[in-house]
Amino acid sequence: MKIVVCVKHVPDATADRTFTQGGTTDRASVDSLLSELDEYAVEQALRIAESDADTEVSYLTVGPDDARDALRKALAMGGDSAIHVNDEDIEGSDAFGTSLVLARAIERHGFDLVLCGMASTDGTMGVVPALLAERLGVRAVTHLEEVAVEDGTVTGRREGDGATVRIQGDLPAVVSVTDRSGDARYPSFKGIMAAKKKPLETLDLADLGLEAAQVGRAGARSAVDSATRRPPRTKGEIVVDEGAGAAGLAAFLTTQKFI
Amino acid sequence: MAEVLVLVDHTDGVVRKPTLELLTLARRLGEPSAVLLGPGADTATETLGRFSARKIYVVDAPEVDEYLVTPVVDALTQIAERTDPAAILLPSGPDGKEAAARIALRLDSGLITDAVDVTAGPQGPVTEQSAFAATHQVTAHVTRGVPVITVKPNATAPEPAPAEPVVEKQDIVFGPASAGVRVLSRTRRERGDRPELTEADIVVSGGRGVNGAENFALVERVADALGGAVGASRAAVDAGWYPHSHQVGQTGTQVSPQLYLAAGISGAIQHRAGMQTSRTIVAVNKDPDAPIFELADHGVVGDLFEVLPALVDEIERRRS
Repeated sequence: MKIVVCVKHVPDATADRTFTQGGTTDRASVDSLLSELDEYAVEQALRIAESDADTEVSYLTVGPDDARDALRKALAMGGDSAIHVNDEDIEGSDAFGTSLVLARAIERHGFDLVLCGMASTDGTMGVVPALLAERLGVRAVTHLEEVAVEDGTVTGRREGDGATVRIQGDLPAVVSVTDRSGDARYPSFKGIMAAKKKPLETLDLADLGLEAAQVGRAGARSAVDSATRRPPRTKGEIVVDEGAGAAGLAAFLTTQKFI
Repeated sequence: MAEVLVLVDHTDGVVRKPTLELLTLARRLGEPSAVLLGPGADTATETLGRFSARKIYVVDAPEVDEYLVTPVVDALTQIAERTDPAAILLPSGPDGKEAAARIALRLDSGLITDAVDVTAGPQGPVTEQSAFAATHQVTAHVTRGVPVITVKPNATAPEPAPAEPVVEKQDIVFGPASAGVRVLSRTRRERGDRPELTEADIVVSGGRGVNGAENFALVERVADALGGAVGASRAAVDAGWYPHSHQVGQTGTQVSPQLYLAAGISGAIQHRAGMQTSRTIVAVNKDPDAPIFELADHGVVGDLFEVLPALVDEIERRRS
């Protein structure tokens, strides 16, 4: 079985992230890394590969030069090879542009199963897996917190809108997993060394038969009018409880008309 | 005036509050038309009309329950092609967002997810979103096709504006069954006696400091005294003390209530992302350096096992 895991190199979610003047994510001001939520997809791919010797795991990312670091991190966790789509015309892509590039690269590579995290930690839309399924014309077995792949079928548990559902779909499919699907492994020293020798292919738009106008800012279907930092919350009164903490809190809640 | 399609979130016709918020927002953009999938149209008609639905498109087909998301995509795409709406609004949840994305792709339209406000602008709807763990706010608009927008709960207060809805049954051509993901079982989350987390005006959450599943009863007592919902931090959920459906944070539920009370929660970025747009925030924590106090309008540095029971007594005393 051929598994392609889509991963994203994102600004560190624990750092002070901001926007560029143009309203896109500022990637220069903070360190970037493999999106934490994608590590869960890597983990599930590796678990499947461990139970089936014929499974091949490849990673795919779209991004500028340093996005390669996300691929190296994933390869250090395990897996076989990686594909980096790097083209300056991709900059500023929305989820439609990104999913188009990913879909073309996935088709070119071939797949039985595409694995994704539930969302990126920067854009947080969580729609790329669904868009990939739509573009690839395969099933979307998404947002799973428990996943099993057996006999060409994916089964899993999904916390959907207002209900927990057990769902099932046949391969080929796009699967996304949540941060509850199972803890991701840490790369071992041996894994980090081995990752340096694993094949990493770099592609541009022309390799995928795509035009600049289909992606990037040119192909985007929405525009940001403004992106501003929310004014910091004013820190209120912090009291040390010496017996009157609860009464003080209740008094505050009363003045705010919650009691 | 053009129609604005609103996907109705309901169980057997009992309409959930976020749908009423969507209808309220839809009035700013055009004439609201509700799209109701599954059974229950008779039950829902009165409520949807009270909140200004001029039309109710009903799709009652077995596919709606049997398959995940794609029947919604088929239905809304085909109804949009028939009605040429000014916008399509859906609730922001995993199902709503995935459906919205696929509808936008099929209609060659743009998409905005997780809007916290929608207003009418010169080039169509203008949305407001929170970004980067709610530290930023972004206004944006769709530049192509019919704007498809998912809206988070509590984006606005539902305002009634009675209309006499026309109910129209719509026939939908569903994609081949082989393209669908089968729903083997569906368990509606129990509502219980408390308000739903996403919809509640008041949320009382417990974290690592609650120190055990049995101690969440104390968090529940405070929630009940205030008439609020119960939330939990990722640490508390991961420890198995409270169900995941109550997790507040980046990967759980993002809430924006009038009052958020955090008990024994340090305030890691993953948690703040889910609650820092709340109007008023209060915190109880042993650690005076906990980051949650940076956000708090009122904070108590103390033992939650002393402060919370005393708070319940104090609330009851003030009410009586």
